[in-house]
Amino acid sequence: MAETEASYSRDGVLYYRHRLPVRIMHWINVVCLTILFMSGLNIFNAHPALNWGKSSYDGKEPLLEIGAKMSGERIIGVTRIAGHEFDTTDKLGVFYDAAGEANQRAFPTWITVPSTQWLAMAREWHFFFAWLFVINGICYVAWSVFSRHLARDLAPTKQDWRGIGRSIVDHLKFKHPQGEEAKRYNVLQKLAYLAVIFVLLPLVILMGLAMSPWLDGVLPGWVDLVGGRQAARTLHFIAAWLLVGFVLIHVFEVIVSGLWNHMRSMITGNYRVRLEADHE
Amino acid sequence: MNDNPKLSRRQLLLRGLGLASGAASGTLLAGCEKLSRTEWFPKILGAGESVNKAIHKTLIRKAMAQEFTPADLSPSFRSNGTDVPENPEYAKLAQNQFADWKLKVDGLVEQPGEYSLAQLREMPSRTQITRHDCVEGWSAIAKWKGVRLAALLESIKPKPEARFVVFHCADPMEANGASLYYESIDMDDAFHVQTLLAYELNDRTLPVANGAPIRLRVERQLGYKHAKYIMRMEVVDSFAKIAGGKGGYWEDQGYDWYAGV
Repeated sequence: MAETEASYSRDGVLYYRHRLPVRIMHWINVVCLTILFMSGLNIFNAHPALNWGKSSYDGKEPLLEIGAKMSGERIIGVTRIAGHEFDTTDKLGVFYDAAGEANQRAFPTWITVPSTQWLAMAREWHFFFAWLFVINGICYVAWSVFSRHLARDLAPTKQDWRGIGRSIVDHLKFKHPQGEEAKRYNVLQKLAYLAVIFVLLPLVILMGLAMSPWLDGVLPGWVDLVGGRQAARTLHFIAAWLLVGFVLIHVFEVIVSGLWNHMRSMITGNYRVRLEADHE
Repeated sequence: MNDNPKLSRRQLLLRGLGLASGAASGTLLAGCEKLSRTEWFPKILGAGESVNKAIHKTLIRKAMAQEFTPADLSPSFRSNGTDVPENPEYAKLAQNQFADWKLKVDGLVEQPGEYSLAQLREMPSRTQITRHDCVEGWSAIAKWKGVRLAALLESIKPKPEARFVVFHCADPMEANGASLYYESIDMDDAFHVQTLLAYELNDRTLPVANGAPIRLRVERQLGYKHAKYIMRMEVVDSFAKIAGGKGGYWEDQGYDWYAGV
């Protein structure tokens, strides 16, 4: 968020918020995470169950299982979570098409890549974009350290920590900083970004690597530190959905605090800040 | 479309945004599906797995797969793919507890030949408790005993130009008895300490459901590499002319030859 050229307009000040590397890496990330999530669900569909432990067959019930069963004459989709069973027909497990034909698959076609159930191809998509995502992530972290983006824009200040209570209240009221304050990330925003960059994304990558039988041999036994290969698969799945949760909140905040302004700043770099004396 | 005249600018905006993102995701899905069916795009995507293989083979070529304790054993080892090969020749051998079965060994070797089950059992063996990881995502842990493939290779002496060992199996993958299963591994994996031609599962003779009389154990790779019902072992310098040319039945269907991920 280097503040370089500022130009004045009737509505406030346009200032240079996002530098070019951030903008490029942000959009690469959008593409990668979308493809990774959707191809990941296609891969999940090949064995739609999650276990905790070293193997899937250790005598314990799966934590989550999506399947189908007969209910009278009709086949229905069922989702079992920790022993509780839910009818999820047309949501998960079984989908009826316009002709009344039942199609069995855990996650629906509109959320997977490819949309047809195609494990071999989904893996190709997943591994290609995984590499793109990892390389992009390494570039981002390296750039953020050397350009001081991390220290200047992302690290919470003492003042930030003191204002955390107010920031929570402001967020709950959908009240967003104006004027000079709007030029900086707020403390909750900083913490959310740091948690994603340094906790959630490394976790999802590491748990992906833990699922590779070849990489398990790097240091035999390392996968047991997180509970075993099937536990790693479960954590990979949970982390992926937490990332979806982050994206939903992120997009929501973008919309309520000025969609076009944010879109412009992530495309051209320029963000408009209203002056204190402005209306509203 | 706009049946509510009082619809605010923000509501309109959000509605438009909803439509736009719906259209965008529809386009994305159709696009991904189309790209998957082209000739050229999957080749680009394949770079991901090529990088995996190159890195894995360079950094940890000879690492050992994790081994487990009897406490970790799965209550029963799942049979996947073929349960009983629909092959009359195989059925006849199975009826006789494979007493007449012989493993044919040929290709680029100094000493081609045939090995009975009894002969294989007399060769240097190894017992290991390992985890079997299916490409679908599940894992099961079992105890395997078998002849070390390295020991067998030492006695058949691969020629210097040998690059792969191909396993020809008895199980047809099509209803009409066609497309016999096959797999291939490179010489690194063939000589790996944990690579076995297994004849025992959990201290008992390998059952038909799990690949009797012998199946491959090539730890550190996914389940489809672990060929069952092996009839013939061929040492080659290329598998381009075998079946679909990709080095295995599932590879011919689009799965990667390197199955370490």
